[in-house]
Amino acid sequence: MRGGRESGNPADGQWSSRVAVTVNGVGHDLTLDNRTTLLDALRERLGLTGSKKGCDHGQCGSCTVLLDGRRVKSCLILAVTLDGREVTTVEGLAGPDGLSPLQAAFVAHDAFQCGYCTPGQLCSARGMLDEVTRDWPSAVTGDLDGPVELTDAEVRERMSGNLCRCAAYPNIVTAIRAAAASE
Amino acid sequence: MSAPPVGAVGRGHPRLEGRDKVTGAARYAVEYPVADVTYGWAVPAAAARGRIVRVDVAPALALPGVLDVLHHGNAPRLTPGVDADLFLLQEPTVHYRGQFVAVVVAETIEAAREAAGLVRIDYDTEPHSTVLSEHHPGLYRPDKVNPNFPTDTAEGDFDAGFAAAEVRVDATYRTPAYHNNPMEPHATTARWRDGRLLVQDSNQGSSPVQATLAELFGLPREAVRVVAEHVGGGFGSKGYARAAVVLAALAARQVDRPVRLALTRQQLFGPIGYRTPTIQRVRLDADADGRIAAVCHDAISQTSTLTEFAEQTAVYTRSMYAGRHRRTTHRLVRLDVPTPFWMRAPGECPGAYALESAMDELATACGVDPVELRVRNDPAVDPDGGKPFSSRNLVACLREGARRFGWADRDPTPGARRDGRWLVGTGVAGSSYPARARAAAATATAAPDGTFEVRINATDIGTGARTALWQVAADALGVPVERVTIRVGDSDLPAAGVAGGSMGTASWSWAVIRAGEGLRERLRDAPGGAVPDDGLTVEVNTADEVKAQRPMARYAYGAQFAEVRVDADTGEVRVSRLLGVFAAGRVVNPTTARSQLIGGMTMGMSMALHEEGVLDERYGDWVNHDFAMYHVSVCADVERIEAYWLPEEDPDLNPAGVKGLGEIGIVGTAAAITNAVHHATGVRVRDLPVRLDKLLERLPTR
Repeated sequence: MRGGRESGNPADGQWSSRVAVTVNGVGHDLTLDNRTTLLDALRERLGLTGSKKGCDHGQCGSCTVLLDGRRVKSCLILAVTLDGREVTTVEGLAGPDGLSPLQAAFVAHDAFQCGYCTPGQLCSARGMLDEVTRDWPSAVTGDLDGPVELTDAEVRERMSGNLCRCAAYPNIVTAIRAAAASE
Repeated sequence: MSAPPVGAVGRGHPRLEGRDKVTGAARYAVEYPVADVTYGWAVPAAAARGRIVRVDVAPALALPGVLDVLHHGNAPRLTPGVDADLFLLQEPTVHYRGQFVAVVVAETIEAAREAAGLVRIDYDTEPHSTVLSEHHPGLYRPDKVNPNFPTDTAEGDFDAGFAAAEVRVDATYRTPAYHNNPMEPHATTARWRDGRLLVQDSNQGSSPVQATLAELFGLPREAVRVVAEHVGGGFGSKGYARAAVVLAALAARQVDRPVRLALTRQQLFGPIGYRTPTIQRVRLDADADGRIAAVCHDAISQTSTLTEFAEQTAVYTRSMYAGRHRRTTHRLVRLDVPTPFWMRAPGECPGAYALESAMDELATACGVDPVELRVRNDPAVDPDGGKPFSSRNLVACLREGARRFGWADRDPTPGARRDGRWLVGTGVAGSSYPARARAAAATATAAPDGTFEVRINATDIGTGARTALWQVAADALGVPVERVTIRVGDSDLPAAGVAGGSMGTASWSWAVIRAGEGLRERLRDAPGGAVPDDGLTVEVNTADEVKAQRPMARYAYGAQFAEVRVDADTGEVRVSRLLGVFAAGRVVNPTTARSQLIGGMTMGMSMALHEEGVLDERYGDWVNHDFAMYHVSVCADVERIEAYWLPEEDPDLNPAGVKGLGEIGIVGTAAAITNAVHHATGVRVRDLPVRLDKLLERLPTR
């Protein structure tokens, strides 16, 4: 990353940096205001508005994306720290053959109403399922050293960082388990 | 049971916009590509009451990228007298802490946000009053309560009836301020072109928002276009034009460029509305068998100094249960607070918490089962004026719910059931919500290729309205759904009312059905049944038909059952089961209907256990204004939740025969849970939420 003071374009702020980041498999070489969050970089610079701003404080989960495969809240990450990193957003979840199993299950099981938290739920679910595959325990896991079984209680606990005011929670749990079973 | 559906209505169908919502393609208000866009950031007042005496914008303007700072001294003028809450940046007066008093406009979000913190505003402050109390000297009797109910009602002689009672309940219940908190903040993209205003706005009805903006900015209605294609929830808080759209339109005019403005999460706690706190005294008297003789519900709530908002808290009690002597009253206090606004089941939701809690207390006092108590007090006609019910299936909901829940063997003794360290209890509550409809316009167009387009400015805030209307349209046209397109969410479409008051589907489907029927008739009459090359369109407006509805008492009903587990050591409450049975007319789309009902029930659980706006009197504002401190129910809180509905054919509703499902799920839920907490522990919590500190010292000893 090449940071430093840049002059000429006050719109970029007093300080900006260049950063090379891969988003959904596409490389971007960006000059960004150092204050820019990953969420705002996605939405306002790259036009990837699938990631949602619900609170801008890491409290709602609507902005959840995958960073090098792990779920993160993109409103809490400064974009200029991501040189060489890979980001996957909801726009990158679908495969060439259409919706991913998770996306299809969310539609089939009505796992959302207004849809605003949905991109975050989907990215969070993707990251969460990979955590379970790696047997990372949660607060409701009985044996911390053993294999993790994907129960309703595990899904509920692990998805509680993603708020849904429409409260599609039970359908989210059903959809995630259905998708996990089909993988 | 009713016959299986023959058309599209009654069949479950995934949401039409489902694919767009799971791929990120669905665009919300500030997500449209706009050339040359700028960013607005609202600045809230730091005083609760007073006057702005100085605004220093120099430090903000000195920041690179900042274009302008709007405030009362320089903002474009609005038409006075339209809506005091929306008369923003016009006067130096501060009516409540958090009132938007300036807007920064900048080239980037980062610059706008930093500059907002640099706007220096000095105030001449005055003492403020922000705490609701039954002893407040400013209590007064409003002329009416929302939307247009008498403030007080009385039948028989309550005082005499109450004095003569065999069994009496006299209890006061309190609910705190609740904040709607849709996941998408209030947000707007605004731009002006050739004297016309175009906004993409997050609201529950863009026809009314269009009308309000036209009035505020002194424009003909057709010079304003409001698009609300996808809306990230509202729960009442986006019911009409609110601050964000006005601020964005002002800012866009000032800088003569498009502006995106989204409120922050913190800014949603107050200035856009909230559910008023309430203080409710309920008195019931009954004979030894639990038959109610007298009922009185006195409700106190707050409003602001700007606008009178009179929550209809006690109206629920007017029509819910029998009783010869009845009285309801509403009193208000004008405080130095933001104006309360609609939140899911305004009136019914807090009112039902009080009445359904009092019913449980009466059941305990009489030794009558709480399901049976409600059955015994089911009135034959509306006790408020004697009108007939178009249909009333509360008893059927209670019976079916009791059967499904396994209520029959319940031991009513509080604190009697234990499961290890958990105290286990069950509770029940009734619920009702009015089934009303508003006028709407719609068009139906036949194309020569055999397809149809139905247009109506309905709004889908997540309810499934788009999909439901599509199903209704197909049946009205008598064609398979695949041949029908539905268009909603744009004020250029035929005007319709808001998604609110559980009136959306009833009102919109009415117009859609009439348009579809009208088009079928025209096609039958067309020469050879052929559609002309440029299509055939029928436009309808249901205003006359809606107005001509005969006066009846029209309500949806429900029965809520809860099982709670209370940790005997910590007082932690878990809702292990929530079950609702509803009678709400026909159900258009069972898939989305169930989602709405469990969503409402979960919000009721959130109200019972988690949500509480905590006001700091020193500053006149809520201290817990974010999701870290204002808790809403999360995935882990919802263990087992079930929603069912009874087949109900009510010919006196509307052509679709629907009553609406948006609010009935929340009504009664909180009381079912607090009643279950009482059953589990013997502790009656009369001030929500049930926090563990309210239980801990009063739990039965092991």
